[in-house]
Amino acid sequence: MIECRSITKIYLNGGQETTVLRSVSFNIANGEFVAIMGPSGSGKSTLMHILGCLDSPTSGQYLLNGHNVAELSDDALADIRREKIGFVFQAFNLLPRATVLRNVALPLVYAGISRSGREEVAKKSLAAVNLEESHYNHLSNQLSGGQIQRVAIARALVNNPAIILADEPTGNLDTKTGEAVLATFESLNKQGRTIVLITHERDVAAHAKRIIHIRDGQIINDEKTR
Amino acid sequence: MKISDLFEETYAAIVVNKVRSSLTILGIVIGIGSVIAMVSIGQGAQGSIESSIQSIGSNLVLVTPGFQRGPGSQVSGGRGSAQTLTQEDADAIIKEVTLAKAVAPEISRRYQITVRGKNTNTSVIGTVASYAEVRNVKSASGSFITDQSVRSLSKVAVLGPTTVSDLFGAGVDPIGQTIRINKVDFKVIGVTKSKGGSGFSNPDDAVYVPLSTAQRFLAGDNYVTTISVEAEDASTMSAIQQQITALLMARHNIANQQLADFQVINQSDIVAAASSVTGIFTILLASIAGISLLVGGIGIMNMMLTTVTERTREIGLRKAIGAHRGDINRQFLSEAVTLTLIGGGLGILLGWILASAVTQFAGIATTISLSSVALAFGVSAAIGIVFGYYPARRASKLNPIDALRYE
Ligand SMILES: Nc1ncnc2c1ncn2[C@@H]1O[C@H](COP(=O)(O)OP(=O)(O)OP(=O)(O)O)[C@@H](O)[C@H]1O
Ligand SMILES: [Mg+2]
Repeated sequence: MIECRSITKIYLNGGQETTVLRSVSFNIANGEFVAIMGPSGSGKSTLMHILGCLDSPTSGQYLLNGHNVAELSDDALADIRREKIGFVFQAFNLLPRATVLRNVALPLVYAGISRSGREEVAKKSLAAVNLEESHYNHLSNQLSGGQIQRVAIARALVNNPAIILADEPTGNLDTKTGEAVLATFESLNKQGRTIVLITHERDVAAHAKRIIHIRDGQIINDEKTR
Repeated sequence: MKISDLFEETYAAIVVNKVRSSLTILGIVIGIGSVIAMVSIGQGAQGSIESSIQSIGSNLVLVTPGFQRGPGSQVSGGRGSAQTLTQEDADAIIKEVTLAKAVAPEISRRYQITVRGKNTNTSVIGTVASYAEVRNVKSASGSFITDQSVRSLSKVAVLGPTTVSDLFGAGVDPIGQTIRINKVDFKVIGVTKSKGGSGFSNPDDAVYVPLSTAQRFLAGDNYVTTISVEAEDASTMSAIQQQITALLMARHNIANQQLADFQVINQSDIVAAASSVTGIFTILLASIAGISLLVGGIGIMNMMLTTVTERTREIGLRKAIGAHRGDINRQFLSEAVTLTLIGGGLGILLGWILASAVTQFAGIATTISLSSVALAFGVSAAIGIVFGYYPARRASKLNPIDALRYE
């Protein structure tokens, strides 16, 4: 259960304040499939980072499963990110000069899973995003944009998270691969996982059951589509 | 995070950043290697100079001919070239300097020596039986010069081990053979033990003959070049020095000590002078080494800091996917320690190789001291760990997004 109560995010750069999120409040229940839409610079990624416990709001409260995230220790947040959340970054953030397999398996290192166990799970996860097996031992900087995107998604799925937060996960993919990734998300959602994805495309948003529109750091529309 | 995974991550990080890792290691290797090599050369030189001074005997007072400055004359012969000490001076010292335990006058000069076509140019020391005791010369085989042979002007010679191998070849027993010094035949009666010295005046490359024989048949004169006086112990040395000075001034009719035509040197003065010189030498080498340690350290620091941006992003990512702060700290500490240990090990090896090469090719004894190893290792380990670990520790405290955005 995700609860946002008047979340405000203000960046301070050289004495100049930029308000990116203005008192945003909404809830996402377990098992929902939500798309967040809005123009570039409207604060979607910023919001997503807060939902993923990667950043903290300037004011307001974010409660995850009833716990106020601001009150949790650094290590407790790391545990939540590792056990509950799968995050696909807009900028992918793969480990450079490491193989695809190592990148995807990395979250499992911190879960204390043995090497062979990690590789098995990582391969399943890579199969789910349709990455060809011949690329598993390529270095992450030897891949195409779409391949990198799929590796980043595979990494988010590898720890079998209850919440998947994906920041424009299909931006670099052709329609067919994009559909395959979305089908994966849909089937995960059917298994009861919460999915939140950011997109600019109506076709992609159409897969979700609820669409939240954001403009200038405020929710302007929140509708159930199915 | 498992220990085996920690090592795997460390290994991967070091291998992935090959250039950075090898430059860091190189900085450590150069720093540690040069400190160890330089300090070992300095200390080795100090040790070998001190031991070669000790090998000429102990509690020794040396009397040598000195500058003979006539009034108004600026020209003087070098020390030892003047012929101002005579056999009579030596006899007077033996008779009147009662504190002396033993007195050994000598006349030494270089001559051409031939044996069946082979020849060598070496120093021939004409002396007496007590020289062996005073100057710490031991016989390896045969006997040394005896009082009897001095009295009877015997044409006998005792050879140093280096001279034996030069003239007869290694391992040959020369006793009973005849050698020719300056066209005079001498019979070899003994060989001395090696003193193991080195440098300009090798004590093993010498020929000892009776003093009287040398004066009569080689020099054709009765002056002496050095009178070595052994004191009973260190406390009587300066008294002996004063007695000899007074005696010789009276004998040479010199009233002003400034004008003395001889020098009386105390062995402890030589030791003190030499160790102050080698001490300065060691400090000089150590400061050169210190500078290379510093340069190496700055190199390590630079390598570590230039990659902070990249590593900070990596730390942000690792935290974003669930790494604890402790996992990050352990990984970076293990990386810094591994680099430092590899660099330190190679550096010690390099220092040792350099020191051995100097011993091998330049003939300078070297001593690798534990304290220089510890100092060099400590400094570069501290630099490596502080600059490898500290930025990582700082980055691990950022929230993941700030670390991922780090510029
Ligand atoms: N660290 C920061 N410091 C200052 N301003 C920031 C910072 N991060 C983001 N912003 C600003 O916050 C605003 C929202 O950024 P955000 O990344 O959330 O946009 P977005 O909705 O994800 O856009 P896009 O669709 O282009 O990804 C932007 O105007 C951006 O300039
Ligand atoms: Mg964005």
